[in-house]
Amino acid sequence: MLKVLKNRLEQGHRTTKYPKQPITLYERFRGLPEVNRNCSAEIIRRCADACPQAAINSETGQIDLGRCVFCGLCEALSAGEFVRFSQDFEMAAAVRDDLITYGDLPGLADHSQNHFKKLFGRSLQLRQISAGGCNACEADINVLNTPFFDLSRFGIQYVASPRHADGIHVTGPISKNMCQAVLTTYAAVPSPKVVIASGACAISGGPFYGSDEIVGDLNQLLPVDLYIPGCPPHPLTTLHALLNYFK
Amino acid sequence: MAELLPIKNNELILRSDIPDLKFDDFREALLDFTSEAGQAGQIVQFFAYPDQDDLKLLAVLRSDKLYVAGCDAPAKFASLTAESEKFNLFEREMAEQYGLEPEGHPWLKMVRYHANYVGKPDIFGNDYSSAIPGNYPYFKVDGEVVHEVAVGPVHAGIIEPGHFRFQCLGERVLNLEIQHGYQHRGVEKLLQTVPFKRLPILAETIAGDTTIAHALCQAQALESLIGLEVDAGSSRVRVIALELERIANHIGDLGAMSLDVAFAPPAAYFGRIRGEYLNLSQIVSGNRFGRGLIRPGGVTKVIGSEQRDLLLAKFAELTPEVEHVNDLIFSAPSVLARFENTGTVSHADAVKLGLVGYVGRACGLPYDSRVTFPTEIYGELPANSNHVTDGDVCSRAVVRREEIMHSIALINTLLANPEAVGSYLPAHFELAPRAMVVSLNEGWRGETSHCLLTDATGQILRYKVKDPSFHNWPGLALALRDEGISDFPICNKSFNLSYCGFDL
Repeated sequence: MLKVLKNRLEQGHRTTKYPKQPITLYERFRGLPEVNRNCSAEIIRRCADACPQAAINSETGQIDLGRCVFCGLCEALSAGEFVRFSQDFEMAAAVRDDLITYGDLPGLADHSQNHFKKLFGRSLQLRQISAGGCNACEADINVLNTPFFDLSRFGIQYVASPRHADGIHVTGPISKNMCQAVLTTYAAVPSPKVVIASGACAISGGPFYGSDEIVGDLNQLLPVDLYIPGCPPHPLTTLHALLNYFK
Repeated sequence: MAELLPIKNNELILRSDIPDLKFDDFREALLDFTSEAGQAGQIVQFFAYPDQDDLKLLAVLRSDKLYVAGCDAPAKFASLTAESEKFNLFEREMAEQYGLEPEGHPWLKMVRYHANYVGKPDIFGNDYSSAIPGNYPYFKVDGEVVHEVAVGPVHAGIIEPGHFRFQCLGERVLNLEIQHGYQHRGVEKLLQTVPFKRLPILAETIAGDTTIAHALCQAQALESLIGLEVDAGSSRVRVIALELERIANHIGDLGAMSLDVAFAPPAAYFGRIRGEYLNLSQIVSGNRFGRGLIRPGGVTKVIGSEQRDLLLAKFAELTPEVEHVNDLIFSAPSVLARFENTGTVSHADAVKLGLVGYVGRACGLPYDSRVTFPTEIYGELPANSNHVTDGDVCSRAVVRREEIMHSIALINTLLANPEAVGSYLPAHFELAPRAMVVSLNEGWRGETSHCLLTDATGQILRYKVKDPSFHNWPGLALALRDEGISDFPICNKSFNLSYCGFDL
C-alpha cells in the first residue's frame, strides 16, 4: 500500500492541457508538409519520381496526405527547397480531396456536419476496427486512453461492442480477409453512425497500394466522414480530429 | 554436417554454392539437424521458391552456427512435420504459397487463406471467392459437457484481428486453436514485385511495433546484396533505435499485464511511460515508431549532441520511475499469485516448438540472436542473462523486466561514447545476381529474419519474411492447455504476439 502511494506521488498529474494550451512537438517530428509553390519543376519531378508512395503530383507539386507516409524523403532530396515538414499535427479532413494539398488544409471544424455535433458532441462512442493495420495506428489510438491524453475527459470512448457504438474507426488497408468483418461490424452499429478512416492504409492502401490482397480505400466499401492522415497518425492528430469534428 | 553449408548472418552467398541435395537426403539432413539426438538445431527459414520453371526448397537452420541447404521441390513429399513439430507451420505455408503437398502432415490447413502464387489447384479445396475461413476444419472435442467458445476476428479492445477457438470443459480449456489470415496484405508478393524505392516503407509496416527490427533485417540484407558498408556511427543509431523499441514494448506489456490481473496503478504509469520512450524514438527519427530512420546504407538522422542530451536527460528521469513501477508490480503478492504457475510452457515443449525471444528465454532457451549472430555493433556489447525460467506468465514478465534494464544500460553506454554518423544519401542500387542472403536480428519479440534470393538479372526472385510470432503462436496455444479460460488475457498479453507479422 505504501508503495502504491509513493508511486502515486512520484507520478503526479501528467495529463496534457491540450487543446486549451498548444503543445509543441520536437522539431524532427514530420507533421503537415509546407510546399514551396515556386520550387523548380525539375526538383518537384525528382521528388515525385523518388516518392515511394506516389503521393506527389509532379505537375502541380501538391502532396496527397492520404497516400503520404511522412517518410521525409522529399524534404531530404530537395534539401527543404520543395517541401518542409512542419510540426503541425492538426491535419485531418472531412473531404478526401482536401487531403491533396500545398499544406493549406481548410479548417476541420468548419467542415464537420452539424447533426454529428448535435448527436455526438457530448458523448461519442467508437468501435475501432483493425483491418490489416500493422498495429502502429492501433497502438497510437490506444494511447489516447493513457493518463497523458485521457480521452474520456472529452466524453469520447472506444467500446467493445458495435451495438454500443456511434460509429467505426477503421485502420489498415482493409485486407480482403477482413472485408466481411468490417461490413458486419458496420451493420451492427445503430444508425445514425459515422465512419472514420485513419492512417494512410485506410485512406489509400498506404504502403500496400497495388496489392491484390487488399481493398485499399475504405471509401470503396463505406461512406467515410472523417479522414485522419499519417503513418500512423500522431495521437494528437487523432485527438485534434475527434475534438474538432465532433465537439 | 557434410551436406549443409555453414554461413554467416548477412553473408552474401552465391546460389550456386548452396548445397543442392536430393529431396530424401535434404529431408534426412533437416530432421537429423533439428532432432535432440542430432544438433538439436532450430529452423530459421524453410520455404519454397520458383527457379525458372521449377520449384525449389531452401532451409536455413541454426545451432550455434547458421547453415543452408536446398533441393528440388517434389510436388508431393513425405511430411517432415510427421516426425517433428518444428516444421508444422513452414510446411503449411509452402502448401499454401506454392501448392506443394506434404503427405502425412497431421494438421494440414491454411495459414493465411489466399490463393497460391503459381496458379496450381488448391490443396485445401478452396476457391477463395467466399470469405475466410473457407474450408477450415477446426479442431473439435466431442462430449456432452464440452462447449466451444469462439472469439474474434474483431476483439473487444483496440487490437488486431484473429480468431480463437476454445474447447472447454466448464472453465477449463482443453484446447485452444488460433486461426490467422485476417491481416494478410500480400507483403511477400509486394516485396518481390514493387520498385526498390518502396521496399523500406513496406519493411517498416510489416509489424508496426517491430518497425526497427524488420527495417534493420531488410537494410542489412540489401547492404550485403549491394556491397554497402555502414559506418560505426550509423550502426550505433540503429542499435539505439532497436533497444528503444524493445523498452517501449516491454514496458507497455508489463503495464497491460498488471491491468489484466486488476492492479490498475502500474498500468496507468507504464501506459504513459511507454509513450515517453516512443517520444524518444520520435526525437531520434521524427516518428514514434522509428519510421523513416533506417535505410540501406545507413540512417537518415544523426544523434547529435542536442538529441543525445535530450535522450540522456529523459533516461535519467525515467529510469528510477521504471524501477519503482516494476517494484510495485513485482512485490505485490496479489500480482505474483496470478502470474506464477499460470500459462506454463515446459522447457521440452519450448524446444519442440522452437520458441524464440523472451518467450523462449522464459522457458530456459537462452538463445538471443544479438549474442549468437551479432549484427551492427552488438558483438562489442554485454549480453543479458535470465534466471527465472519456469515457462509461466511470471517468467515471461521477469525476463521482460530484466531486458528493459539491460536495454537501458546498453543505450546509456552507447550515448556516453558518441561517434560521428556518416551522411546518408538515397540512391538507386544494383543487387548482386544469383545470390542469397539471410538476415537475423533480435527484435523485441525475438529472432526476426528476412531471406532474399536474386535471379540472373539481379531482380528479387524471392523475399521471405519471418516474424518471431511465426514460431511463438503455437506456444500460446500450448500455454492455455488445462488453464482456466479467464486466464487467457494474461497469458495472451505475456506473449503479446503479432498478427500482421504472422499474416504478412
